[in-house]
Amino acid sequence: MSRTILTFAEIRNHELRQVALEAVSAAVKIAGTAPSEIASCLLVPVDTSLDTLERYAGSLFAHGANRVYVLKHVDFAAYHAELYLGAVQHVVSTANPEFIIFGHTSIGRDLTPRLASTLQAGQISDVTAIQHEDGKLLCTRPLYAGKTVEQRAFTGTSAAPSIITIRPNNIPLSAPDSSRSDEVIEVAFAPPSLRTIVRDVVRKTSGTLDLSEAKIIVSGGRGVKSADGFKPLEELASVLNGAVGASRGACDAGYCDYGLQIGQTGKVVTPEIYIACGISGAIQHLAGMSGSRVIIAVNKDPEAPIFKVADYGIVGDLFEVVPLLTTAFREFLEHEA
Amino acid sequence: MNIWVLLKQTFDTEEKIVLTGGGISEAGVKWIINPYDEYAVEEAIRLVEQHGGKVNLLSVGPERAGETLRTALAMGADEAVLIHDPRIPQDEWAIAKVLSAFLADQGVDLILGGNFSVDNGAGQVAIRIAEQLGLPHIGSITKLDITSVGGAVVHRDAEGDTEIIDVQLPALFTAQQGLNEPRYPTLPGIMKAKKKPFRLLSLDDISGISPQELEARTTRVSLSLPPSRQAGVILQGDLAAQVADLIRRLRQDAKVI
Repeated sequence: MSRTILTFAEIRNHELRQVALEAVSAAVKIAGTAPSEIASCLLVPVDTSLDTLERYAGSLFAHGANRVYVLKHVDFAAYHAELYLGAVQHVVSTANPEFIIFGHTSIGRDLTPRLASTLQAGQISDVTAIQHEDGKLLCTRPLYAGKTVEQRAFTGTSAAPSIITIRPNNIPLSAPDSSRSDEVIEVAFAPPSLRTIVRDVVRKTSGTLDLSEAKIIVSGGRGVKSADGFKPLEELASVLNGAVGASRGACDAGYCDYGLQIGQTGKVVTPEIYIACGISGAIQHLAGMSGSRVIIAVNKDPEAPIFKVADYGIVGDLFEVVPLLTTAFREFLEHEA
Repeated sequence: MNIWVLLKQTFDTEEKIVLTGGGISEAGVKWIINPYDEYAVEEAIRLVEQHGGKVNLLSVGPERAGETLRTALAMGADEAVLIHDPRIPQDEWAIAKVLSAFLADQGVDLILGGNFSVDNGAGQVAIRIAEQLGLPHIGSITKLDITSVGGAVVHRDAEGDTEIIDVQLPALFTAQQGLNEPRYPTLPGIMKAKKKPFRLLSLDDISGISPQELEARTTRVSLSLPPSRQAGVILQGDLAAQVADLIRRLRQDAKVI
């Protein structure tokens, strides 16, 4: 009998998140050569069109899933802890998985510990790499926001499933094969009685990328000087199709929302390009962004510690440099296109 | 209101990490209340100031964690419990099981914890406890108001969006940055903290749990430092030339655009 690996296919703004495909790729990696069924769980609002569902399922199949469980509910459009937990538990009892994989996203972080407890299951959170070694599955994860790294394994004699959350932007996608397609199973779902009511969701980030998934981040520190000072950074981010982040200094000073904070408190990010503007580079901030592929620093102070980790440094006033970068990138990208 | 705050002692976020003998060196390290748990302590104290009741602190950890609990008592919490037992494995399932066994008969109205700890960073334990105790939870909150009818209205941070959620108590909440500005302990507060009830417990003191049940589900295999980054180049010339140079290098050397 083949085993099942179940992934959660998270949707954001009516699109499958990249991390949903990364979760399927992680499942492919875990499966290795052992015969395995890779199933994805998709929670969608009842009015989701068949075309949309096929598109979601197609992407999941292309990256390695061979079964997609679809659950529909009028309130699946927004996250609700109890409702989502009930739905996922229902799929788990149907699919009886050996592994369950979520993104380490707002939803994954909130839902998986609860799921793990209902199953008496072990969980390894915020995993950045998965490998097999001597018959063991090793999960790599950062500690102290990346100041150190541990490898962790599931252990013990429990028959409970093993739960993993993966950090977005870290697990390489398995090679897409658009010719693959398989089974879509619609599962009837009776929602549990709810003790919490989501009264309202105030979208502050509509249309913008989540920091953890952005390929390019333009980040501002105390040097940005005011909330208005973030405008040039937003323009640069928009030209690069990236996201805006901030240091704790900028958040504490009230220039921006804590949701943007990158560092040991706040978010840890690993984009392709990180552009630090007016950020001195305190150790807590460096912990949150040192895993970026290329770091560019713009700072007036040539002694700022950020230059010690930057691949490319520009010593200058960010209010002069950032608009120049925006113009130059815009021209470069137009020329490329 | 009978409030319990889950609290963990962590390294100060200023600390660098040094590995010795396969573990993390604790030599000369400054210890603090995990920053997210500190918001939880502050919120609990404010709730009791407004609505009456008692702030109880609960931690699992080595005996040195007692100092951190004393700091939270000095902020204004009323009592503290530290569960110290080497038989508790470093595994979130096991730790949550111990804490929920202890909390099960404490008659809690409200539990507050941090969103995650800045050392391990998994953010599992508090939410696991909510499930084990059969309580609703709301994670990552930035605002908490108690209603007159025994409920709460909270703001939850979800990747920058704010969800506004109604919940009936008892319930568990985890604190996100922005919830409040934690107070510093005052000198009289520090003096008073020395006389506040502080209990050091082992597994033998907790009913409904035995060490044999605590088989770890996960375990650390190895620990290493990430590759250190080398300083790169400081670009030269006038700013326009530096910007042009940067784009050329990103394309030709780094190959990221």
